[in-house]
Formats: sequence, structure tokens, C-alpha cells
Amino acid sequence: MSSAHTKTEHGHTDHNYLNHGSGIWSWMTTLDHKRIGLMYFATVATLFLIGGFFALGIRLHLAKFGAEPLLSPDTYNKFMTFHGAIMVFMVIIPGIPAFLGNFVLPIQLGAKDVAFPRLNLASYYIFIAGAALAASSMIFNQVDTGWTFYTPYSTAKTSNGVILLVMGAFTMGFSSILTGLNFIVTTHKLRAPGMTMDRIPLMIWALYSTSIIQILATPILAITLLLIGAEKTLGVGIFDPDLGGDPVLFQHFFWFYSHPAVYIMILPAMGVISELITAFSKKTIFGYRAIAYSSVAIAAVSFLVWGHHMFVSGQSTLAGIIFSIITMFVGVPTAIKLFNWISTMYRGTVTFEAPMLFALGFMFLFTIGGLTGVFLASTGMDVHFHDTYFVVAHFHYVMVGGTLMALMGGIYYWFPKMFGRMTSDLGGRISWVLIFTGFNVTFFPQFVLGAMGMPRRYFDYLPEYTNLNQISTVGSWLIGLGFLVGLITIIHGIFKGEKASDNPWGAKTLEWQTSSPPPHENFTTTPTVTAGPYDFR
Amino acid sequence: MSWSSLIPATSFMPIQATEIAKEVDLLYAFLIIASLVSFVILIGGMTWFLIKFKRTSLDQKSAYITHNNFAEFLWSFIPLVIMMGIFYWGMVIFEKLRTPPEDIAAEIHVTAEQWAWTYRYANGKEFYSSGNDPMIVPAGKATKLILTSKDVIHSFYVPAFRTKQDAVPGKLTQLWFEPKQPGEYIVFCTEYCGTKHSGMMIKIKAIPSEEYAAWYHAEKKGADTPADLGKVLFAQKACASCHSLDGSRIVGPTMKGLFGSNRKFADGSQTKADENYLRESILVSSAKIVEGYPPAMPVFQGQLSDADVANLIEYIKSIK
Ligand code: HEM
Ligand SMILES: [Cu+2]
Repeated sequence: MSSAHTKTEHGHTDHNYLNHGSGIWSWMTTLDHKRIGLMYFATVATLFLIGGFFALGIRLHLAKFGAEPLLSPDTYNKFMTFHGAIMVFMVIIPGIPAFLGNFVLPIQLGAKDVAFPRLNLASYYIFIAGAALAASSMIFNQVDTGWTFYTPYSTAKTSNGVILLVMGAFTMGFSSILTGLNFIVTTHKLRAPGMTMDRIPLMIWALYSTSIIQILATPILAITLLLIGAEKTLGVGIFDPDLGGDPVLFQHFFWFYSHPAVYIMILPAMGVISELITAFSKKTIFGYRAIAYSSVAIAAVSFLVWGHHMFVSGQSTLAGIIFSIITMFVGVPTAIKLFNWISTMYRGTVTFEAPMLFALGFMFLFTIGGLTGVFLASTGMDVHFHDTYFVVAHFHYVMVGGTLMALMGGIYYWFPKMFGRMTSDLGGRISWVLIFTGFNVTFFPQFVLGAMGMPRRYFDYLPEYTNLNQISTVGSWLIGLGFLVGLITIIHGIFKGEKASDNPWGAKTLEWQTSSPPPHENFTTTPTVTAGPYDFR
Repeated sequence: MSWSSLIPATSFMPIQATEIAKEVDLLYAFLIIASLVSFVILIGGMTWFLIKFKRTSLDQKSAYITHNNFAEFLWSFIPLVIMMGIFYWGMVIFEKLRTPPEDIAAEIHVTAEQWAWTYRYANGKEFYSSGNDPMIVPAGKATKLILTSKDVIHSFYVPAFRTKQDAVPGKLTQLWFEPKQPGEYIVFCTEYCGTKHSGMMIKIKAIPSEEYAAWYHAEKKGADTPADLGKVLFAQKACASCHSLDGSRIVGPTMKGLFGSNRKFADGSQTKADENYLRESILVSSAKIVEGYPPAMPVFQGQLSDADVANLIEYIKSIK
């Protein structure tokens, strides 16, 4: 226990969650959601660096600078698999909910902690165990299936490392389910007095919808992954045609989870964006209900569209058509959100600090990602684009341009609350310019490559694709540089940043009504809520 | 239609070798225009607000607007209508892509495997290929493929025809196309299938239909020579994805003029390429690594019979 209980000029004590107990052990055994959030931050950031290393390797190889291929075909395929698996299962899925969500959700609700603090800590360790299992496949028995593990390639034609990777993903799935459960119960049970369901911040609505998906969809993935393990070790023959199984069945199972998972990745990002846009427009969010309910609508419909990944898999034409039309319905709540955010800026008073720049970057990139999604949802069009670089560009625009931009914006936004210090705004802006520019240089050419017909997961390609690939590689280095600047800005902020006030952005939600950083149990007196979350009158 | 030619972006699409390709590109052009318009409305509108409502002084106040039912109805309803239109348009094309016409001029059974395609015609003509033997089809007439796979899932993708279909083990799927003009069109494998996924290419060669008929009915001449058999194996094992036949440099050394040439190795030694050297290089390539190349070739020991190796050697000898 720290002994520093000095009074500050605001009249509260300097005792906060960061100095509430010191030493590594106090962190490792902490039940404080804020500390657990930060531990996820450190973990996810490390994994992101590893995933980024593989990404740069992939891109460098594909640039074909120099006469020799940089990687052998097998190494390339492994890089591609690790990159995808790490980024999806260990960065984008846990990034916002487990890190930002854990930190922010209870404070925004006016609660002392999540409903089950011990379970929260357990979820973290389960995540670590899963990540370690998956990583062991990287060291002992590498996998080259791609992150989608399609059978029978994964079960019949490649190394047993698949089992490790799949068990890792399986384990991390539990962490995801438990966190979701914790958030749902917390949202229902621990809201501050006066906080009715239509007064909870939109970030919470987003996390809540995400949690529903996590709870319902992740078990399907878990079972599917177990089946792969069973198939590979026991030869049960569910997916293997040689044993009477159906390889396409695996794809149904896989996408039945993984399509909703795409929304596990993007819904929390939408929550962050809703917070940022109101805070930096200093204006009440436009259409609170529409945004809140569209999150729930997206969560619901996301379960019915998995077959749009399988238009050319041999499923019936009719099935393809049905999946196509349902997919179009998801476009509507997505469009609603964009319109609402933009209307929020209308007649606001907008400022452009680093978090807002990331929010605006999100709007720009996510719009492109979303619009190209409509191309892919249209069956006749998708037959040409499926499994080409058009798809690679599309999902990077959504997942990296969307989720990662929101994550970065969220970090800069809540940073003062987390560490009681500000990050350098200039650092944030420079990293934004680099990431935003680099991103477009990297991924826009990939739309063109896809239209030209270049398939994805290619170790080598036709000469006419060379120039665009080289441009793309140059862009990837800009992104890398941008993240480096971001990392430096954050580390500098943690140790040397200016002291932050309690509410540096003048935002309205509850986390800004407590000190920066908050005390161990978030508030010294339980707040009472009397109005909606964004009452900028 | 003329307005679609306003969009240079359609020129990024491969050549339009079928009627359906034209229809797909029309939808594509429409989608690009519609996306551009939507993008300008959304991001242009946003940018305009950002400039107009930029905060200039500290005591500025924002308007208090919480929602507007009419606007919200409009921007839900209009996108819905547009998207239903796009859905319908895509569906019409999809059904054409998926429904072969009644009069099929050629029906070919295509079997995928790691990393080659086999195509068998109705009269028993059969080819293995991974780049050298094109799939011959009649131009101006419909061809139907019946696809399957021996091992993992592959996918038969012809960019110029805007069509693709997975080849799934234990299952038959189908694909049809009607190339308008004689010509050669590239085929990619687009379902990830392992090490040489990107090397698994073939060509479709459309020839005038009278020529096709003549070719189709022509007898195969004589028995296969060892070099012919070697050629088939060379294709089947996807050797061509790393070794060129024309002297160009890809992953591994070219086969052109290899036999009898002088080989320099990474460890400094050298030797003349004779039958024994070829045999060793095929079975255990890592025994001697040619200077300047990665040790990337798989081990074929145990996978090729002695006769296979002999045939391969004969074939390599024939590539002068
Ligand atoms: C520096 C930034 C990045 C670069 C340059 C990059 C580049 C690439 C490349 C070249 C591929 C291989 C495409 C193929 O051969 O099929 C790929 C695949 C992929 N990337 Fe990224 N990427 C980046 C960041 C991310 C992030 C942050 C995510 C997080 C979601 C991500 C998710 C994926 C996924 C899911 C795949 C698919 C892997 C597969 O096809 O199996 N990427 N990326
Ligand atoms: Cu293949």
C-alpha cells in the first residue's frame, strides 16, 4: 500500500488505482478492472508487434525487390497464417472489448468494478494460456493453413501444429465468452442510481451487443475447433471426404462463428467512435436510439449471413441468393450509424485533437470498407472477387481502417484517465498522418489488384501485378513507421506526459467525473445520474 | 451502354472474353459510380461540416439537436431500396453464371490435385497440366466443366470469364463458359491449397469450333515415349512452378539446356549434369545446392518410382 495520501488542490487524495498496491505481484493478482484492462493493453500491444512483423515480412516478400524471393513458399504460407491468426484472434477481437472495454465500462456505468472481478482476472489468464498455446505452434510445429483452417487441408494435408493453434484459439474463446458474460451482468446489475438503459453511453451499448455475440457465437467456434482436433487425432471423419465427411460443412461452422466475429471486431469500434465524435464536436449525439438499436440489430442479423463467404463453395444457387439478400440488410444499420455520426458534427463546435483525427480517419476508411462490402454481397459480382486481393483490401479497410483506427483513437482519448497524464498531441497527429496515408497507399492498390484478378494467399504472381504490389509494400512501411511513432508517443506520455486534469476534453460521460487516474474503486462517492449521457446544452 | 465507359476503373478488369463478363462489368461500373456518389455525400458532407463548424473560440456553443425522425427514416429507406436493387441485379447475373445452357459443345471432367489439374474429355482424351498443356475448348460455343478434387479444396478461376467455382473432394461441382473469340485465357487456383497454391495455373485455349472438332476427333499418335511420360509427370508434380523450360529464372534453375551443362554448387564444388546427378537432384535436392538458389525443393524420395525418375530424366534431356 502506498502511503502518499496528500491532498491536492481539487480536494481529493492522490491515492489512485495505479499506486494502490505496488510491485509486480499486486498487478498480477489484481481484481481491479482498470489494471486488468491495462494488462490486456500490454499483452495485445506485444502481440500486435509480432503480427506486424509478419505483415511486413509478407509485404516485403511480395514486393519482389531483388532477384531472389525473400521467403520460400512454405515460409511465406506460415507467415501469412501467423499474421492472420495473431491479428484476428489475439489483436482485433480482444483489443477493444478486453482492453478499452474493461477499463471504461464499469466507470461509465458508475460502478466500482465489473460484476465478477475474479472471473475477470481468470479471463485474462485464460487468454494468456491460449495465446501461449497458439504461440507454441509457432515455435515447435508451424502451421500453413491460413487463419481459416479450411478442411481437408488442415486435417489431412498439413502438420499437427494445427492442433496447437486451434487449441489456442479454443482457449482464447473461453476468455472471450467469460468477458462477455461479465459485461452483460455488469451492465444489467451495476448501473449507478438514475442510469436507466436509455442513459447508458453508446460505448456500453456497443460492448453489450458485442457480448451477446461473444456468448452465442464463440461456443460454435469452440466446437468446430474441437472437431478439427478430433478429426486430426482420431480420424472421426466429419469433414474428411475419404471418411465420408463433408469438407464444406467445416466452412459453414467456421463462418457461422467468424462472420459474427467480424462484428465482435467492429461493434466496439463503433462504440468508441460514438464517444469520440460527440466529445470532440461538443454536441449531443444525433439519434442516440438509432445508434443503440442498430448495434443490437447488427448483432442479431450477423448470425444469418455466414453463407456470403461461400458463394462459390458449391452451396446451392438458392442458398447463395438468400445469403446475399440478408447481407444487404446488414448494410442498412451500418449506413444509419454513419449518417448519425456525421449529423452529430452538424452545428457542433468541432476540434481536432489526435483522438478526433483517428475518429475521422475511421469514418473515411470504414466508409470505403463498407461500400466495397456491398460489391462483395452482390452474388454476381462476388464470383469474380471472391478470394482475390479485392477481399484482402476490403477486410483490411474494415478491420484495420475501422477497428484499429478506433482503438488508436480510444487509446489517445482515455489515456489521461488511464495514466493521469496527457500524450503529446503532436506525436499523436504525426502518427495519425503516417498511419492514415500509409494505410491507403498499402491497401487501395489491392482493390485494383483484385479487380485485375490477382488471387489472395499467393506466394508469387504474374508480372503485370508487380507495380501495384510494390506500391503496397512501400505503404506498409509508412504504417509501420506510424505505429512506431505512436508507440513512442504513448511510452513518452506514460512517463513524461503533462499532468492531466480530470476532464481534459470536456466530455460528459461518468468516467470524466472522477479523478485522473481514478481511485481504486473508481468514485469516492457513488454518482447519481439525472440525464442522458451526452447532454451538451 | 455508354455511361459505363465513363468509368476508366472498369479498365482494371481483365479482358471481357464472354458475354457475361460484359454484364458483370456493367454492374461493376454501376457499383463504382454509386459508391463514389455515396462516398462524396458522406465524406464530403462530413468535411464540409468540419470546416463550417470548426470551433473558433472557447465560449462557442453547439446546437442542441437530438434526432430527426424524418431524416432518419429517409436515410434508412433510401439505402435499403438501393441495396435491394443491387442484390437483384447481382442475382440475375449469378443465375446466368450458374445455369449452363442446353446446348453444350464440350463437356470436360476436371480433377484438381496438389498442384495440377487433370482434364478428361468425353472421348477419353486426357491431359495433366500445370502450365504447359492448355485446356482446349471451342470458341463461340458453350463448354461445361465438371469439377472435383483428389485431395484438398481448390478453386477454378478464370478472370477473363469473371467466373470461378471450387473443386471439392468427394463432390462434383460445375462451371460453364462461352468464350466469344479464339484466344488464350489464364486460370488460377483461388482456394488456398498449400505450398504451390500460386503455381497452380493453366491456360484455356479457345480455338475455332471446326478446328476444335478436328482436334477432338484426331487419334492420339503412337505409344507414349519415356520423355512424353516424363513430361506428364513434370506437370503433375508442378515442377514447372519452380523450374522454367525457356531459360528464364524463377525459384529454381531452368531446365533448358541443363543436361550436360556444368553445375556450380553453393559449397564451391562443381560437376557435369549427367543422369546420376539429375537422379540425385530429383530425389534429394538438398544433396547439392546450385549456387545462388535457395534450398527450396521438396524431397521426392519415396514419392517417385524408379521408372518415374527415368522418365523425368528423359524428359529433362529433351529440353534443349
Ligand atoms: C501493417 C499493416 C498490415 C499489412 C501490411 C498487412 C498485410 C497483409 C497481407 C499482405 C496479407 C496476405 C494476403 C494474402 O496473401 O492472402 C494479409 C492478410 C491478412 N491480414 Fe493483414 N496486414 C496488416 C495489418 C493487419 C491487421 C492489423 C489485421 C487485423 C485484423 C490484419 C488481418 C489480416 C487477415 C485476417 C489476413 C488474412 C490472412 C489469410 O488470408 O489467411 N492485417 N495482411
Ligand atoms: Cu489449389
